[in-house]
Amino acid sequence: MEATPNAFPHRDAMKIWGMMWREIAFRKLNFGLALFSVSAAVACLVGTLTLLRADELRTDRLLAKKEAEVAKAGASLEDAIRRITKGLGFNIIILPEDQDLNEMHLEGSLSKQMPEEYVHRLAKSKIVTVNHLLPTVMKKLTWPETGLSVVLYGTRGEVPIQHRDPKKPLLDTVPEGTMIIGHHVSQKLGLREGDETTLLGHKFSVGKIHGERGNIDDGTVWINLAKAQELLGMRNLIHAIQALECHCAGDRISQIRAEIAGILPGTQVIERGPPALARAEARDQARQSAEDALARAVANRRELRGQREAFAAVLAPLIWVGAAVWIGFLMLGNVRERRAEIGILRAIGFRSSQILLLFLGKAFLFGILGTLLGFVVGALAVASLGEMPAGWELLRNPEAPIHFGLALGLAVALSVFASWIPALSAARQDPALVLQEE
Amino acid sequence: MSAVLELNQVAKAHDSGNGQRVQALDGVSLSVEAGDFVAVRGPSGSGKTTLLLIAGGLLAPDQGVVSIGGRDLGSMSAEGRARFRAENVGFVFQQFHLIPYLSVLHNVMTPAVAANIADAPERAEKLIAQFGLRSRAHHPTARLSTGERQRTALARALLNRPKLLLADEPTGNLDADNAGGVMAGLSDFAKNGGAVLLVTHDDNAAARADRVVLLKDGKQADAPAG
Repeated sequence: MEATPNAFPHRDAMKIWGMMWREIAFRKLNFGLALFSVSAAVACLVGTLTLLRADELRTDRLLAKKEAEVAKAGASLEDAIRRITKGLGFNIIILPEDQDLNEMHLEGSLSKQMPEEYVHRLAKSKIVTVNHLLPTVMKKLTWPETGLSVVLYGTRGEVPIQHRDPKKPLLDTVPEGTMIIGHHVSQKLGLREGDETTLLGHKFSVGKIHGERGNIDDGTVWINLAKAQELLGMRNLIHAIQALECHCAGDRISQIRAEIAGILPGTQVIERGPPALARAEARDQARQSAEDALARAVANRRELRGQREAFAAVLAPLIWVGAAVWIGFLMLGNVRERRAEIGILRAIGFRSSQILLLFLGKAFLFGILGTLLGFVVGALAVASLGEMPAGWELLRNPEAPIHFGLALGLAVALSVFASWIPALSAARQDPALVLQEE
Repeated sequence: MSAVLELNQVAKAHDSGNGQRVQALDGVSLSVEAGDFVAVRGPSGSGKTTLLLIAGGLLAPDQGVVSIGGRDLGSMSAEGRARFRAENVGFVFQQFHLIPYLSVLHNVMTPAVAANIADAPERAEKLIAQFGLRSRAHHPTARLSTGERQRTALARALLNRPKLLLADEPTGNLDADNAGGVMAGLSDFAKNGGAVLLVTHDDNAAARADRVVLLKDGKQADAPAG
């Protein structure tokens, strides 16, 4: 017996895992190549998932931005169209029930009256189908001082509807003592802005002359409502209330008539058709075109994402199959290299299951280590591409554990599956054959 | 004394490789008792190694019965035979068959993985010391001399304290000194109540046996020892 002290400082029993670790340390290249294969497959999977996630986040951001831009542009467009179409004028006229419409259409004049208080009643109501209420008097007469036939139009500021936010008036108030005249009146009488003139014995200065409009406005004189009522002997009376219809869907005029009839009985409501329809359609079109633009942008991003997903769906499995084949060959080489070792292990009593464990345990190990390595490499690789919001975010993302679990499950399954046939061939190896060959 | 190893009318044929069957063993009967040191001799191809592999349950005979310690190996499953070998049989081969990634100590302890030997480190320590390998205990086997390798293989074969030790040309690659050491180890094992079946060409090795079995063309002809 030798007497060297401390020859056995570690009296650890031999275990199958110990054999596995020592074999890995002995054949580092074999294990390293298998580890690399798993890592590459996992990195590819994680990279693909991360890129798709990054693309999804970027798409969401772009679409949100686009949506805001479209909403803003749509609102601007709609507002512009609203203002343009408002220029077409009031399109709802509320008249006394007994007013002959032919008189208005043929002569541009109204004779039936209703209390001015009606407009205030309407303004105080909860009416929703009209806005921009404008009480008016409108009478065709011969201007006594000039002998010219004109339509005298008395108006004042719009009466705000009390339950709504105030709106910018469509028509400015005509200050008392001034008049606004149409193009034809100006031409006939030779009046210019700032000129003084007399109407029905009262002095007025010409505040503004409208350009030629080609309609009854060219022969109209606008003065302050109160003055018109005084001149026409209509104190607290008006001929009509003009209004702008709301942007209602469906049969608008029926809704308006029904609502006004409930508030102002004994009146009738007429609509000036084409301008109203044009306004409504233009506003609809403005909104629709903005929504279409956004829908197209969404569809394009979805299509692009679909193409990327389809590409990933082909590429990722190909890489995994390639990795599996490569691991299979590596393990087969490992089994061939260890043929004599397997023979002697079987001879000294190792069971098939222990031989299987020796190889599959190794596969399990490089599956786990490969996942860890590949997960980090995949995330770092994507992060290094720049402008990939999910690079580092992925690790903080709630989906990260799911991705990791998926990658781990797949990688271990891949490693064990790819090593299964080589390990089985090792476990079934006939030791007698090997030992006879030696 | 009861037989540790009993072969009764064992026959085994195998393919020669050119489509012809070769009768490797033909009606061989052999009994090795505890404390016996039996050598099997014969020319190449006489069936010596086949006999050894059948005796260890690594090959199944076509005919006949093989039993160790009264247990019929033919009645066991492959996994059952493996477990039985782990607990009852030790092997030593000419090519040593050491595991290259394990140290001397771990090679010696390898059977403990199969047989679940609780005091394997203590046993290994004693065997390593017994075979003069203490200073080499933690060395990889690649750094050992051939004599040290065979002594390591012998220590490994003895770790599970087998009833039967099967040795196939254990001195074939050794010089006289190392061969003498290995043969002494086998003799000691037999003297301590173990059964040894040695396959050898070496006259000196056969001379250490109590009994020699001669094989020729798969048939046996008992011969006196030495």
